[in-house]
Amino acid sequence: MPVFNQSRKNVIILVFAGMFAVILMQLINLQLFSTKYKLMAEGQGTFRKVIYPDRGIVFDRKGRSILQNTVIYDLMVIPGKIKNTDTATLCRILNIDSAEFHKRIISAIIKNKSYRASVFEPLLSNEKMAMLNEIMYKLAPGYFLQQRSVRDYPYDAGGNIFGYLGEVDSNILKNPQYEGYVMGDYIGRAGLERTYEKVLMGQRGIEFWKRDNKNRLTEPLENGRFDTAAVAGQNLYTSIDIELQEFGEKLMENKLGSIVAVDPQTGGILAMVSSPTYKPRLLTGAERRKHYADLLLSPALPLFNRSVSATYSPGSTFKTLQALVGLHEGVIDTKFQVACSGAFYGCGSGKPMRCLDRGVFDLQHAITVSDNTYFATVMQRVINNPKYPSQDSSLAVWDKYMYAFGLGHKLGIDVPWEKPGHIPTPAYFNKIYGKGAWNYCNYRSVSIGQGEVDVTPIQVANEMAYIANKGWYIIPHLVDSIEDGDKYDMLSKFKVKHRAIDIPDSIFDVVQNGMQGVVERGTGGGAKVPGITICGKTGTVENYYRGVKQPNHAFFCGFAPRENPKIAIMCVVENSGRFGGTYAAPIVGLMIEKYLNDTIAKNRLPLAEKFYKMNLIPPRIYSAIKTRDSLTHAKDTAYLLAKGYIKILRDTMQVDISDEQEALDAIKKDKEDSKKDSQKKEENNKQQLKPQAILPNEKKKPELKDSVM
Amino acid sequence: MNQRNPTISKGIDWIMVWLYIMLVIFGIICIYSVEYKSTDHFLQTLTGFKKNYSKQLFFFAGCSVLAIFILLTDSKLFTATANISYLVGIVLILATFVVGKEIKGSKSWIPLGFMNLQPVELCKIFTALALSKYLSMPETDFRKPKSQMIAASIAFAPLLLSILQGETGLALVYFSFLIPMYREGLPPGYLIAGVSMAVLLVVSLLFRTNTLLIAFAILAVLVIYFNRRQIRRNNRLLFIIIGAWAFSSLFVGIVVPFTFKHVFKKYQADRIFSMVGVDNPFTDKSTANLNSDEEIKAKQRKNDQQNYNVKQSKIAIGSGGLTGKGFLKGTQTRGDFVPEQHTDFIFTSVGENFGFIGTSILMLLYLGFLLRIVRIAERQRSVFSRVYAYSVAGIMFFHVAVNICVTIGLAPVIGITLPLMSYGGSSLLTFTILIFILIKLDADRQMVLR
Repeated sequence: MPVFNQSRKNVIILVFAGMFAVILMQLINLQLFSTKYKLMAEGQGTFRKVIYPDRGIVFDRKGRSILQNTVIYDLMVIPGKIKNTDTATLCRILNIDSAEFHKRIISAIIKNKSYRASVFEPLLSNEKMAMLNEIMYKLAPGYFLQQRSVRDYPYDAGGNIFGYLGEVDSNILKNPQYEGYVMGDYIGRAGLERTYEKVLMGQRGIEFWKRDNKNRLTEPLENGRFDTAAVAGQNLYTSIDIELQEFGEKLMENKLGSIVAVDPQTGGILAMVSSPTYKPRLLTGAERRKHYADLLLSPALPLFNRSVSATYSPGSTFKTLQALVGLHEGVIDTKFQVACSGAFYGCGSGKPMRCLDRGVFDLQHAITVSDNTYFATVMQRVINNPKYPSQDSSLAVWDKYMYAFGLGHKLGIDVPWEKPGHIPTPAYFNKIYGKGAWNYCNYRSVSIGQGEVDVTPIQVANEMAYIANKGWYIIPHLVDSIEDGDKYDMLSKFKVKHRAIDIPDSIFDVVQNGMQGVVERGTGGGAKVPGITICGKTGTVENYYRGVKQPNHAFFCGFAPRENPKIAIMCVVENSGRFGGTYAAPIVGLMIEKYLNDTIAKNRLPLAEKFYKMNLIPPRIYSAIKTRDSLTHAKDTAYLLAKGYIKILRDTMQVDISDEQEALDAIKKDKEDSKKDSQKKEENNKQQLKPQAILPNEKKKPELKDSVM
Repeated sequence: MNQRNPTISKGIDWIMVWLYIMLVIFGIICIYSVEYKSTDHFLQTLTGFKKNYSKQLFFFAGCSVLAIFILLTDSKLFTATANISYLVGIVLILATFVVGKEIKGSKSWIPLGFMNLQPVELCKIFTALALSKYLSMPETDFRKPKSQMIAASIAFAPLLLSILQGETGLALVYFSFLIPMYREGLPPGYLIAGVSMAVLLVVSLLFRTNTLLIAFAILAVLVIYFNRRQIRRNNRLLFIIIGAWAFSSLFVGIVVPFTFKHVFKKYQADRIFSMVGVDNPFTDKSTANLNSDEEIKAKQRKNDQQNYNVKQSKIAIGSGGLTGKGFLKGTQTRGDFVPEQHTDFIFTSVGENFGFIGTSILMLLYLGFLLRIVRIAERQRSVFSRVYAYSVAGIMFFHVAVNICVTIGLAPVIGITLPLMSYGGSSLLTFTILIFILIKLDADRQMVLR
């Protein structure tokens, strides 16, 4: 037995131990001292999945849900798993051809690789769903259905009220107000969805998932121990009467303009029509982007909420307010009379202001027949009131009245992009004419609501509520209450009565008498509704677009019933021509009847029908549509070829694309066909074209950019 | 077992048996954690034999039966059949050149229908036995170079065959027979020379020839300068240094390029270079142009894949931390981030699930296993048993060290299993036979075997 080598045992043990020591050192290094790998593992192996809660539901004044959520299914595809599935049946059900099918598979592979799921057909209709459900077992595992929650509008009306959701952009991400949003989140971009975003959104939940090497989620991490549940958004109860809204939208079809109806006692908005409008369903779901682009580029500006963002000269509707100022300032009394011999000559030379009816009028009659000379005189007396030392100070007093009536400043309603309108101040005139170098005659047209004064439809409706209430208003608003409480104190300002100047009821009685006369004997006869005492005032507004005189805007505003008023309303029909009584008054009458009586009397239905069909869109809009570029940006097929995606498709699908050129030709032909189709459609649509409009204040584009509200 | 059949259990080293059982079961637990999905029904998958861990359990049962059989045989059988089994092993390896089935890029498998056999893997056992047989022969005098040559050729014949076949990773295991040979008196000079040659070879593959020649010259000058006093006293030292320098320069400058250009075929050279992770610099420019783009791409892809494996394996192990994420809670392991995880990269599962505590305990288990084998080896009376025991220790050591070094990024990716833990019948079977023959030999240590 050779024993002389026994010591070598120790060398061998040393080698073993040495090697293991080296390994142990590296393990200590990897596992104990380097956090790098831990972080990499976290990034790689776990996924923080944000769970979006259902947004809050919106109800109308009768408790009908007018904005809710619905579940819709998307057909998903994992391109790597669709070999040997029955694509022919699928294409038949989805009504697509094989070229389209290939295109979709390619874009799915481009977006998400072939082993991850992509949307193949989003938002399946019910029929498609039903047919797919039957053959789904044959399509598995390459295809599956995935549900998602989208906004749903049971009445498909009130698009400009509700607004829409859109993906957040970099501007929003920069805004500290929207902390916590990440790229790809949806956020209310307009209307109620925007104003009440915080309330409607609810609280997002987080689920932690494990994911595998292909980025697929496999299972919840630690059985969801770290997850936080999502809390659904709060529901909103609004003052909207959705049927009235629908009715108003129908009346305003093929017209440019707006209707705003307010409950004078609460300030709650009953209807807020901005025409042309859009069906809110257009801006949810799959075709959202396309529709949005169409709406945005339309010269009629359907996305522009005229009710709060468009400013007009108020025209003769302004006279009611001048009567209040004159009486309260004491420069006239109810017996004061002015004779109109054809025009107002108070300013001597220059173009005199014509009046329509010759004769001698007291205040009540002056309102009834809308006498220009009378109110020019009233205004002149207000400005030249000896009570005040200077023109500046008397104009400032007049301004104070206007502000008290809710003009010249934002009312603070809960719809974004409200405009303040404009009430001329002494500083304004000093700037234009030089200090002290102006007098009443420079701006006498303000007295009849033309010239330097601008109001929004909502302000006019509010001013009617003010007169109806005899001296106070509550800021008009859409939302009455929030389910589970008003956590962000958004509604308290809608509970306050604004009564800046104490004007006695007797003065309001005189003005209301005049307004009642407008409907019963005067210019606003068109608004008459049997059995309802309506007070109203017409307005016929001269306006210019790019320096060119345009057909008049028709205005009518009023409230009803005179005793215990329930609705204060205004209507403007842009560029309709003729007088306020012609077009706007009947619309207001119908709206009042609909709201107070809940239906339209049988004998008045033909009138409503007439207005449904009436097309008052100015020709200017049609020519704008014609000249608008029809940019068709189809996908560049040469790009697909260059990038080798056709090849990818072939490899993935095992389908026989015999020739790449052939595939390209098919795609090209497809494109041309669709172009032809759209042209045809355009022609068909011409007759019943949706209302398209411009802005009275010469703005080409609606202000949809998300500047801070 | 102990009571019913005392003759089997007599003299058995139970520590070895328990270590064996612990490692196999730990392995099965790790395979289970790799495959586990919370939706799986445990019993269903267990009995279904669809999952790897249930298959491994099945293999384990088979191996246990085999182990009992080995313990029941007469240990003289192993000495008697050592040479003939070695021959069979060699023939099997040769057979793969003819009927070999290609699995994962190497043609070293023989399909048997129910399983695929890798003769190189099995031949480890036969080589260990044959080497033991030869060294234990009375006429062998291991101090003579002739005996050393014969022993070396027994040990390295399968290695050469395997390299010719392209299965380099497994072939390298045969270097572990240097350990028993060293124990039996192989002069350390060989090992030192061998290791230096290996280092020289690797260095010559890694760096450019000219760089190395300059580096060697500088090194030689420095060594002479710092040892100038000793050299003045003893001229032989100078000759040794200059000789070493001349040899390395010649080796790097002429032998290596010549060998790679003219002796090895291109794919062999490429394979050797790819092992150290370098592109073959000796390819002729003219032939290089013949390489199609696809070939280059495929190579690139393979390289990327290997880098990916090691990176993912390091992430998985590193993310375990001190205590690990807990059993069945590893996100990397379960997300299929680490390829081949149930086989060659099973160690990552340990690292992620059980953390540093788990990995160090496992290392201690293996070290204990090795030390136990060494202890057993040293108490053998017969040279055969001792050489065999050291062979087993060497093979185990090589497997464990290389496998773990690969997973923690200390060695290039060599497809080699973690003994007893990796999934796979072939590997488990080999190590079971290796270990239980040792246990049987140890149980009969009173007998003198030749």
